[in-house]
Amino acid sequence: MTEAPRFLRPVTTPSADVGMAVTFEAPLPLDCGRELAPFTVAYMTYGTLNADKSNAILICHALTGDQFVASDHPLTGKQGWWITMVGPGKPIDTDRFFVICSNVIGGCMGSTGPAEIDPSDGNPWGLNFPVVTIPDMVRAQKRLVEHLGIDKLLAVVGGSMGGMQALQWAASYPDCVRAVVPIACAARHSAQNIAFHEVGRQAIMADPDWQGGEYLLHNTKPSKGLAVARMAAHITYVSEMALQRKFGRALQNRDAKSFQFTPDFQIESYLHHQGASFVDRFDANSYLYITRAMDYFDLAEEHGGQLSDVFRLNSARFCIVAFTSDWLFPPVENKRIAHALNAVAAQVSFVEIKSDKGHDAFLLDEPEMFATVRGFLNHAAQDLS
Amino acid sequence: MSELRPDLAAIAAMIRPGARVLDVGCGDGALLEHLKTKNVDGRGIEISQANVNACVARGLAVVQGDADTDLVDYPAQVFDAVILSQTIQATEKPRAVLDHLLRIGRRVAISLPNFGYWKVRLSLLAGGRMPRTNTLDYSWWATPNIHLCTLADFVDLTRECGATIVEAHALNDNGTTAKMNPASLTHGYLGPNLFAQGGVFLLKKS
Repeated sequence: MTEAPRFLRPVTTPSADVGMAVTFEAPLPLDCGRELAPFTVAYMTYGTLNADKSNAILICHALTGDQFVASDHPLTGKQGWWITMVGPGKPIDTDRFFVICSNVIGGCMGSTGPAEIDPSDGNPWGLNFPVVTIPDMVRAQKRLVEHLGIDKLLAVVGGSMGGMQALQWAASYPDCVRAVVPIACAARHSAQNIAFHEVGRQAIMADPDWQGGEYLLHNTKPSKGLAVARMAAHITYVSEMALQRKFGRALQNRDAKSFQFTPDFQIESYLHHQGASFVDRFDANSYLYITRAMDYFDLAEEHGGQLSDVFRLNSARFCIVAFTSDWLFPPVENKRIAHALNAVAAQVSFVEIKSDKGHDAFLLDEPEMFATVRGFLNHAAQDLS
Repeated sequence: MSELRPDLAAIAAMIRPGARVLDVGCGDGALLEHLKTKNVDGRGIEISQANVNACVARGLAVVQGDADTDLVDYPAQVFDAVILSQTIQATEKPRAVLDHLLRIGRRVAISLPNFGYWKVRLSLLAGGRMPRTNTLDYSWWATPNIHLCTLADFVDLTRECGATIVEAHALNDNGTTAKMNPASLTHGYLGPNLFAQGGVFLLKKS
């Protein structure tokens, strides 16, 4: 390896401890034609890498996730976002596996992104930051994995955008991954999903405090726009049934309708809360960039739309998990991946878990998902020994 | 490893070592796991989630799905053999399912219960009620077996689908299997269509 990793680096989220971070001097080529140099990847690891470095599992986070998969979030103080899945004795067992989770490039928890300083002019990147893609994110992760001295990952696991990255790993680096677990995702972003993302982006850009993307220079923050983006997106993460069950038409802290436009309904105040708490931990430009990366994701594009061709001669084994009430990445989209893999004789399992919790089910307590992932990874690890 | 069900053992014997196999309705994966000992590259389709999980934990490649709706997504002739054990009678469109199996696999191994079995006939004739036997143990209103047939009926369907019967075995009451001549199923009143509890067939497209 020619790159000398540097571990000390200023981070723009001032009070945030980003865990570990490594800065690479050699440029990262991007799909847009530009390159990033230097670039930083912030990450966390859990468990111990074994002597032959065969027990490493990379976890890829979703749109608004980060590297704190199994430990407390430094900004919110909340538990890791997948504490039910990852930890000692959990399905992704940190007593057995060495778990890596990194913040995606374009993100805002320490990896190079639009809120970081552009070395060419000393100002925050803002919209000068190159548009990154899912393959770019994976390329950066690959550099981290190499930096950690790992040639071949035991598994790459992720839900939603994390699932897209897991699929991309199999496509970009088929010889570097033994098992792939894409959960609640798709091989391409649908028109409907792009549409929802565009609503979110327009909300951010319509906020005068966005300042053409240069809010960091103006000391403003497009909190209203970002909150609306989060509110709209949050609706897509839950099922109609779950919303109805949880909130129905119940009123919030009042006995009667107010005949005003303050939040009357519990669902309204719930969404307001979701929006407000989100802006404290997330950068608005990062939201633009990462949603764009998801929109651009279409694994089969390079293969003339033939998804099967992406996976020809792929020796990894796949376990695809979908949830019945997920309307953002419905089971049929997940199953499409399984069929494509089947058509080229790849080792693929597909599980469709009954749940009324919508897309977010993958982050919640879903015993069947835990059993599936545990069984699959156990076997993948067992075949190795 | 526990002993295989007699029809599955008969099917296993039909599969060449090293073959690529799709087991449609693979249950908890017992047959696929057994076939691993023959170096078979096996895949499964299974409708029950619990069974799919059991398969995944066994390290098998199994897709949760439904034979009636999902076979259409499988390309032609990618499998050396496709297996359908004790499932055709529970499909909505047995004819379409069989057509797909013959399209997907170079060989189709299939086992099914025989509604022409004498105990079934006797039960209806003497009891005047929908038959319940140890292999078809459901009330008429609760049975998943919505398309039952006799072995003779099944042979007719294979002709209808343009398939040739390569091998046929009778499944006996006592768990044994015996090779049978398919012609004996459609000619005369005696023979396996009356005496066999079920049948196992190996088919290929004519």
